[in-house]
Amino acid sequence: MKREIPLAILLITGLFMIFQYFVPHYAISDIASKIQQWAIIITSGAALLGIANLLRVSLDQAIARKQDWMYKWVVIVSLVVTGVSGIVGGIEPGTFFNDMIYFHMYTPMASTMYATLAFFIASAAFRAFRVRSWQAWLLACTALLVMLGRIPFGKMIWGDFPQFVDWIMNVPNTVAQRAILIGAALGAVATGLKMIFGIERSWLGGGD
Amino acid sequence: MFQRILIALLLIFLVSVSYSRDLGLIARDVPNDAGFAIRLNWQPIPIPPNIHIHRFYLERGVQPEGPFQKVTDLKSDDTSYVDDGSNRNPNSLKPNTNVWYRLKIEYAMAFRQGDSLLVDTLNRVIVSSETVGPVQAKPSWVNPKRLIVIFLITIYFLLILFFTRRARKGLSLFVRKIAGLSALDEAIGRATEMGKPVLYCPGSQGVDNIQTIASMIILTEVSRRTAEYDVPIIVPLMSAFVVPVAEEAVRSGALNAGRPDAFQPDNIRFLSEEQFAYTAGVSGIMLRERPAANLFMGAFFAESLILSEVGFSTGAIQIAGTSNVHQLPFFVVACDYTLIGEEYFAASSYISKDPGLLGTLKGTDWIKIFTIAVIVIGAILETFGLTGFTKLFEIQ
Repeated sequence: MKREIPLAILLITGLFMIFQYFVPHYAISDIASKIQQWAIIITSGAALLGIANLLRVSLDQAIARKQDWMYKWVVIVSLVVTGVSGIVGGIEPGTFFNDMIYFHMYTPMASTMYATLAFFIASAAFRAFRVRSWQAWLLACTALLVMLGRIPFGKMIWGDFPQFVDWIMNVPNTVAQRAILIGAALGAVATGLKMIFGIERSWLGGGD
Repeated sequence: MFQRILIALLLIFLVSVSYSRDLGLIARDVPNDAGFAIRLNWQPIPIPPNIHIHRFYLERGVQPEGPFQKVTDLKSDDTSYVDDGSNRNPNSLKPNTNVWYRLKIEYAMAFRQGDSLLVDTLNRVIVSSETVGPVQAKPSWVNPKRLIVIFLITIYFLLILFFTRRARKGLSLFVRKIAGLSALDEAIGRATEMGKPVLYCPGSQGVDNIQTIASMIILTEVSRRTAEYDVPIIVPLMSAFVVPVAEEAVRSGALNAGRPDAFQPDNIRFLSEEQFAYTAGVSGIMLRERPAANLFMGAFFAESLILSEVGFSTGAIQIAGTSNVHQLPFFVVACDYTLIGEEYFAASSYISKDPGLLGTLKGTDWIKIFTIAVIVIGAILETFGLTGFTKLFEIQ
């Protein structure tokens, strides 16, 4: 029964959600909307699971003084201070949580992480443009053309350069992207159907 | 000044006489919907010289003689509006109820002085359009514009069922080699030799995302392999709701390998729901614990390149899989192997070698051939101006 009941729930819910796509009547769409609201409520409740997991893993390692235990204390203290300041002091502008933790600590740190992307793009591009095969040649040449067409210097070389680059982006590039998207969409539908009809059962776990 | 006001009032009077009941207002039920919408169309409202539209709005009443209540403010150049009551406010449009509509225009005198337009808002004239109705928002039981989808899904499912049965009967199915998945054993083997863990990132989305669901299926198979080789697997998570699912996937993998003791709950780590906090956390794990293999399987966004470049700098073998097209180039550049789009969804079937699941790959291949044929035929017919075929596939 441990396997049959979840399979039955998935089959009924999955078929209903497919069915409601074709039946716009509010009697049906109201039920579908309710099911989606339940999903949102359950997902919100899962935040507690995340906090419990974070505390359990970090506390275990911090107390046992395993490798890098001091970072675990940073995580625990940050979690507690952020949570308590938000719950006690509120999250509106002017509060310790909003001004100090969010805007003066979290936002600059997140921006710093995002800014590192620029350097990673440079290092990744350097590796990508090392020409070893004809595909790499093609990639490097196309990239060079697109970069030239996107700067004023490109237009100085050839007046229609920007239009040519637009054609590269709108025709060959879009064709390739759409091909990938269609394949991915079919794969996603197949995954959904496999699960709804019980062909794929690994999510049920290893027990009986 | 007095003379100006007199002229203004005269003009406004003329406007009110000339333009009332002359907007061609039409109200129609929106077809194939839940029953909460009525579409309204009207002709552009006339704006005589020196007259300013101060307010323009739509009213609805449940009787032709009123009372009417304001539905929305409109811009003077609007010519259509959909009265949508799906938000279920007390004053919203209700299904199967007779309603009447009219437009209201508040004209005011305007004077141009240099570059400025001065509007005399004190002397306004309110003009009503014709009242139209009764009209009802009717719910539909079937949306015929979507029937083609149910037809295609049925064909798709029948193909999957057909090939799954064939595969289970023992008929061999050729599945092309996917380099990224074949390298999985190499990656886990390398981790075993080095005595280092395997890092598995299931993306940054929740379990309501099909890529995360597919990732959890792959995780079950990967954790079975890591359990067989006795290699720890670290799963950092960005969505709290994925925590129990990932725990169950890794536990199942260990059980399937006959090594339940290989499941280490401390290695399923929820880090943060914030994108760059999570990125920093995973980068930290890669730099401190130095996994020998990094697997990025799921929906990734801006964090994809940061994660894969940090992983590259640690010298780990990296395999990525996603159907987020815009992140694919980053993974292709920074990872050793990348599963592109459909390959990612085929991964669980490919790794498990389960005949039933391999059958689904064949079904997908056939529906892909069908899709290509439809695209080619549609493109040819459209080129010759024949639009009937493509219209068959239009959905609403």
